[in-house]
Amino acid sequence: MKHLVVIGGGTAGTLVANQLIDRLPADWALTVLDPEPTHLYQPGLLFLPFGAQDEARMVRPREKTFKRGILWLREGVEEIDTAGRRIILSHQEPIPYDLLVLATGSRICPEETEGLLGQAWQKSIFDFYTLEGAQKLRAALKDFEGGRLVVNVVEMPIKCPVAPLEFLFLADAYFTRRGIRDRVELVYATPLDGAFTKPVASHLLGSMLEEKGIRVESEFNAGSVDGEAKVLQSWDERKIPFDLLVTVPTHKGAHFIEAAGLGDELAFVATEPATLKAKEHDNVFVLGDATDLPSSKAGSVAHFQGSVVTENLLRAIHGRSLTEGFDGHSNCFIESGFGKAMLIDFNYDVEPLPGKFPWPVVGPMQLLKETRLNHWGKLAFRWVYWNALLPGRSLPISHRMSMAGKYKPEFVLP
Amino acid sequence: MASREYQGQTVEVDAEGFLEDSSQWTRDIARGIAEEVGIGELNEKHWQVIEFCRKDAEAKGDAPGLRRISKLSGVNMKELYKLFPKGPGKLAARVSGLKKPHSCI
Repeated sequence: MKHLVVIGGGTAGTLVANQLIDRLPADWALTVLDPEPTHLYQPGLLFLPFGAQDEARMVRPREKTFKRGILWLREGVEEIDTAGRRIILSHQEPIPYDLLVLATGSRICPEETEGLLGQAWQKSIFDFYTLEGAQKLRAALKDFEGGRLVVNVVEMPIKCPVAPLEFLFLADAYFTRRGIRDRVELVYATPLDGAFTKPVASHLLGSMLEEKGIRVESEFNAGSVDGEAKVLQSWDERKIPFDLLVTVPTHKGAHFIEAAGLGDELAFVATEPATLKAKEHDNVFVLGDATDLPSSKAGSVAHFQGSVVTENLLRAIHGRSLTEGFDGHSNCFIESGFGKAMLIDFNYDVEPLPGKFPWPVVGPMQLLKETRLNHWGKLAFRWVYWNALLPGRSLPISHRMSMAGKYKPEFVLP
Repeated sequence: MASREYQGQTVEVDAEGFLEDSSQWTRDIARGIAEEVGIGELNEKHWQVIEFCRKDAEAKGDAPGLRRISKLSGVNMKELYKLFPKGPGKLAARVSGLKKPHSCI
């Protein structure tokens, strides 16, 4: 019996396992390793701080997310022995593998920034990338009566690069609804030189921040936090005082990636951009947040990569050459507050552009434009996630990006 | 494509002033770029960073990002911001004659 092992039962690992199980030859077994008993719908985290009580619909028992035939071991990984092709587990005997999928994701590391985890952690400093963080922030925002709220991205790359912007848009709407917007100053401190990583979207999102009266401190590389004095300081000694700090801390790959020397300085795995094979190992594939690729760390990317990894695992099993199928495709809703959202669609080479999606002229979604339909799309996505994406069903969006229906606006400089 | 002259040597640079061809780089060019971007005279620590960046880029194919420089060059983050004010990742790559690091994009 041959053995395919998937490490990580998040979005990426689960959808690949579910896509593969019905297509594996009879002499192959599939095991997923993940120590966590539940699967968390991460896009929901954004809405919790603003009063949503969605926890029950955001969490499912992990065993219910896998198709029949997949063996899920509730086990943590200590080490990967790539030379001996086996995985050292936390409690049980090591297990051998013939093919390995690293879907080990990314995690926030607030300990990387001096002072972030001090006395003020979860009192006046919060994250919203964990369930606990988002819930505690919800309580803090409820009691917030005015002052300066600073959102800070410590360093790139982060999971869902648009989430900090969405947080600010939603905060603007939230305080407006509570009638205290004039008493709240919103500041966005980012290491980027603008609102986003790509020019057209950065221009549009930048003007939206301006219209909503949100101040941007760009090229701000956070060096330390003084929780007692409530001051955020950059490496070049710029200071931003805050009443409430919402931090998006440094992200890293899994612990054992770091320990095994499989990753770069942030423990992300060196991955071939088009085949998604690990650069240094022929029988290892990588997808989702775990890669070192310049594509976004987002669920949609994991989904598009999933089609390519599934295809390449089957090709590897049958001894055929790999497809260079992944083009960096990413597709994200950007919640902009007041019941509206935008949609962006891009890849390694083509930045997010305005237009219609997924079909030219008829849409019905509009790219890079705030509409109510996009907002409903974002909300409906939770259903799509549990019922189509995670079970590995095909969606009406190709894993390769399409230029149909898009155009380049005139304000873009060459 | 633009070209610039440093200490009597003409080189091709991109829109943001990064050398197009890293093999044209010389220590004199580094001095010229350092002056142009306001770093001033290059000291021993600057050279330590520059040499690390060039070696690392040769091995890896890309200019190292700031975190990588601070972890592996022997010069810590605080010093890097003193040596290459504002944007040490970008500036160290530019003075070293390398392309803009991916982590800055």
